[in-house]
Amino acid sequence: MAAATASSFSIDEFLERERQKDLLRFSTAGSVDDGKSTLIGRLLYDTQSVYEDQVRSIEGKGTTAPGQIDFALLTDGLRAEREQGITIDVAYRYFSTARRKFIIADTPGHEQYTRNMATGASTADAAVVLIDASKGVLIQSRRHAYIASLLRVRHILAAVNKMDLVGYDEGAFRAIKADFSAVLDQIAADTGTPAEVHFVPVSALAGDNVVHRSAAMPWYAGPTLLELLESLPSAQQTHTAPLRLADKDPSAGTPALHPTDKDPSAGTPALHPTDKDPSVGTPAFRFPVQRVLRPNHAFRGFAGQIASGSIRPGDSITVLPSGRHAKVKRIVTWDGDLDEASAPLSVTLVLDREIDISRGDLMVASDAQATVARSIKAALVWMDQRPLDLGRRYLLKHTSQTAPAFLAAIDYRTGLAALDHVPAQTLRMNDIGAVSLNLLRPIALDVYAENRSTGAFILIDPESNATAAAGMITAAFSDPGAAADDAADAWGRVTAGEREARWGHRGGVIEISGPLKLIDSIERSLFAVGAVTSRIEADDDAFLLHPSLLEIVSGIAARSGLLALVVRADEDVTLAARAEGVEITVGAADSIQAVAAVHQLLHRTGIFISSEKADL
Amino acid sequence: MLVAETETPRQSPSALPRSSQPLSHLRLLEAESIHILREVASEFERPVMLYSIGKDSSVMLRLAQKAFYPAPIPFPLLHIDTGFKFAEMLAFRDEMARQVGAKLLVWRNEPAIAAGTNPMVLDTKRCCALLKTQALLDALRHYNFDAAFGGARRDEEKSRAKERIYSFRDAAGQWDPKNQRPELWNLYNARIHSGESIRVFPLSNWTEMDVWQYIHEEKIPVVDLYFAKERPMYVRGDALMPIEQSFVALPGERPQMVKCRLRSLGCSPCTGAMRSDADTIPAIIAELISFRSSERANRVIDHDQEGSMEIKKREGYF
Repeated sequence: MAAATASSFSIDEFLERERQKDLLRFSTAGSVDDGKSTLIGRLLYDTQSVYEDQVRSIEGKGTTAPGQIDFALLTDGLRAEREQGITIDVAYRYFSTARRKFIIADTPGHEQYTRNMATGASTADAAVVLIDASKGVLIQSRRHAYIASLLRVRHILAAVNKMDLVGYDEGAFRAIKADFSAVLDQIAADTGTPAEVHFVPVSALAGDNVVHRSAAMPWYAGPTLLELLESLPSAQQTHTAPLRLADKDPSAGTPALHPTDKDPSAGTPALHPTDKDPSVGTPAFRFPVQRVLRPNHAFRGFAGQIASGSIRPGDSITVLPSGRHAKVKRIVTWDGDLDEASAPLSVTLVLDREIDISRGDLMVASDAQATVARSIKAALVWMDQRPLDLGRRYLLKHTSQTAPAFLAAIDYRTGLAALDHVPAQTLRMNDIGAVSLNLLRPIALDVYAENRSTGAFILIDPESNATAAAGMITAAFSDPGAAADDAADAWGRVTAGEREARWGHRGGVIEISGPLKLIDSIERSLFAVGAVTSRIEADDDAFLLHPSLLEIVSGIAARSGLLALVVRADEDVTLAARAEGVEITVGAADSIQAVAAVHQLLHRTGIFISSEKADL
Repeated sequence: MLVAETETPRQSPSALPRSSQPLSHLRLLEAESIHILREVASEFERPVMLYSIGKDSSVMLRLAQKAFYPAPIPFPLLHIDTGFKFAEMLAFRDEMARQVGAKLLVWRNEPAIAAGTNPMVLDTKRCCALLKTQALLDALRHYNFDAAFGGARRDEEKSRAKERIYSFRDAAGQWDPKNQRPELWNLYNARIHSGESIRVFPLSNWTEMDVWQYIHEEKIPVVDLYFAKERPMYVRGDALMPIEQSFVALPGERPQMVKCRLRSLGCSPCTGAMRSDADTIPAIIAELISFRSSERANRVIDHDQEGSMEIKKREGYF
C-alpha cells in the first residue's frame, strides 16, 4: 500500500510542486441529456480523481450499456436526483492535476435553475458551456453563456460534445462554432462583458479531447479541455492580482480589463467611478472591515479579507462612508507581520491613528476611492419563490454590511430567448432584469464591471429571510432616488420607497399625550433629525364632533409618507406614546429622556428605518 | 500523544506570501476559511465550534486562531462524546483546548449511554442517531447556539458536495436539501428566525489532500492514531478492529500486533484501522497519492444504506 515511496517518487519534490499550485474555479451547466454529468465524471475519472470504491459503488448501475461506467452517477449527489435522473442543485467537485487545483461548480441547465447557474458562476473564473453537436446551439447553452457573461466569468470554454454522434465531422463543429460565436457577440453587446471564448470538440462518453487528445479528430490541433483549464489565468490573476509591480510607481500598473470601452449603456451616470479613478485598470485596494479586534487596550486592528488590490504599511487609506483618512501602520497575521498583502488574503490592519471604524465600513486606497451611494442601478437575478414586490423593503447585503433598500423601479426584464428588454411589473424566480434601488443608508461600493466583490450584493426578504436576489451594480449615485429618477418613469407617481429614501422614515402614526411643553420638544426634536411630520391636535373641535375623522386624517398623512403626530396636551406627570400598537409611558420630568424614548419607539416599530434618527 | 508543539510555530517559510508570487491554493483556501470564521463570529450571537478531535477539526481550530489573532477565539469548542471515542483522542482534546486557550464544552447523551446504547446491540444507524445526532441537537438547544461550525468537506461524500457553506437548519435542526439558500460570491445570508440555526462549514472547499498538506506546512498537531505503528488489532478478513473498551471478540479470537494507522477518526467500534507504514505526515501524504479508495471507506456508518449520509444529514447529523 505504501508503494508510493518507490525510488522514482520523492515526497519532498511533490510537496514543493504542490506549493506552486494555484486554484481555478469553473462552472458547468447543462440540461438533462447534453452529457454534462458525463463530462465531469470523465474529467474526474481520467485525472484519477475518483476512488475505486466510488467507481465500484456505481458500476453496473445507471443507464449505460452493461460493463460501462455511467460517469454521470459519480456526480449526481442527492437521492432525488438519482431517482429523477436530473441534477437539481449546485454541487461542488474537486480535482487536481500536476499544475493546479480545480473547483467545479456543477449546475443544472434548465430554465428553472437559472438561479443555480448564477450561483455557480458567481465565483467562477471560467465557464464550461456544453453544446450538443447533434442538436446545435440550444437555449440552454445560450442561457448559460448569458449568465456567465452577466456574472463576468471571463473565459467561456465551449465544449461541443457528442462529436461521436456526428461522426467526428469537422463541418458540424465549424457550423456550431460560427453559430455560437454570433450568439456570444449578441450577449456581450447586452451585458457589456466580452468573454474570451475557446471551442473544443469533445466526446465525454468516449473520452475524446477531454483529458486525452483524440485520434478520431485529426483535424483539431488545439488543446484538450483539461489543457485549456490548466492554462487559463486564474481569478487571482484576472480580478484581484496586485498589478502594482514591485517597487514601481503604483499608478503605472498595466491597464487591463477596463470596462468603459465596452460598456454599451448609453449615458454615463453621474458618479461612475471611472470618472475619478486615477489609476485606470489597476485593481484599486478595497478592504471591507469584518470585525474590529481589540484584545487589549494596546491593540486595535481591523480584520477583513482584501477584496481587490494590495496594501503596504505606510499606504494612505480612506474609510468610507465616513471619509476619514489614515495610514496603514501594520499588516498583522498569526504568521507574523507582512510587508505587503494582496487580494484575496485575510489580514488584520492596524492604522496610525484612532479613527472610528466599525464592521461594514470599507477601507479604500486614498487615491482610488469608491462611490458612496444612496441609490444604484443593478442587474438582478431573482431567486425567490415570492416575486419581486416594487416599493417593498428588502435587506441588501453588500460585503460585510446589511442595509435596508427599496426597489424603486424595474427598468426592464431581459428575455433570454431573443435577448430583448421587456417592460415588467415584477421579476419572478429565475427572471433576470435591471432595476433601480434606493439605499436607506449610504454604502461605499463600486460597479460590478470594475470589482466583482464590492460591486455585488444579495437581497434578503426581511420576513422569510430567503435570499431573494443576486445583484450586480451597474451604476451608483450619491443622491437618494437618483437611480429611479433616471428611469423612464421619472414623471410617474412618487412611490413610498422614494419618500422613505429621501426622508429616512416611513409613514406612520404616533399618538402622544403629556405636558404641552414636552410635546413641543418632541416635535422640535423630530424636525431636527429631518423627519417630516404632520401635527394633529386630537382635541380639535372637528374631531370632537366627528371622532372617526381623526383616524381618517392621520391615515391620509401616514399614507403620504408623513409621520402623523396625534397629540393630546394634559398636565400629567407622565408622557404616553403609542405607535404601531406599541405603547410606552415615561416620566415627564426628564424631558431629554422622554424625547429619546419616543425616538427609540419610532425606531423599534420600524418607522425610523435606521438607528441614525433614533440617536439624538 | 503528539501534542508536541510547545512553541506556536511562526514564520514558517511558506507562510508569508511574497508579492511577486501567485498565492498557492492552500493560502487561497486559508483566506476563504478565515473570512467565513470572521463573518459568523460577527453576525451570530452564540456561535460554537464543533470540535471532533480529527484532522479536519485540528485544521479548523488553527484557522480560528489565525482569524482572530491577536484576540482569543471568540467562541467555545463543543465536543460530542459518544463514550466510544479512543482514549488517546480524549487526552488529545483536553490538551489542545488547554494549549489554544479555548473554552471546551463536552456533551454526552447520558441517558442513552447509561441505557447501554452501542452499535453491536442496535444497528449503527440508530446508534448514531442517539449518540451523535440526538446529542448534538440537545447540546445546541441546551446552550442556545445559533451557529455551529463543523469541519465537514464537500469532497468527503456525495451528498456533502451540495452542502452550502452556511447550511440552514430549521427549528428541529433538520436539513432540507431541496430548500437551500442560494450562496453567491462570498455573501452569506445569516438571517434566521428564533429557534432556527446555521451549520457552517469553513473547510467546504478543502480536500483530504489539502488538509494533510496544510497540517504539514503549518506543523499542526494531530492525534497519534493517524500515524502507523505496531498496535494490537483483531484481524477479520481485510478489517483491522482496534481493541477498545467496547470490543466484543469472537470465541477464540486473539489480537495480534499489526503495523497500522487510522485514516479517519470515529467511534472505536465503527472505525477500522488500515495496514500502513506511514509514520510521518509526508509518508501519509505519499500514501494518499497511492490510495485507491476514499477516505470514509473505513466508516461503517456511511454505508449502512443507500444514500445514508444524506438521510443522516436531513435528520440533523453534521
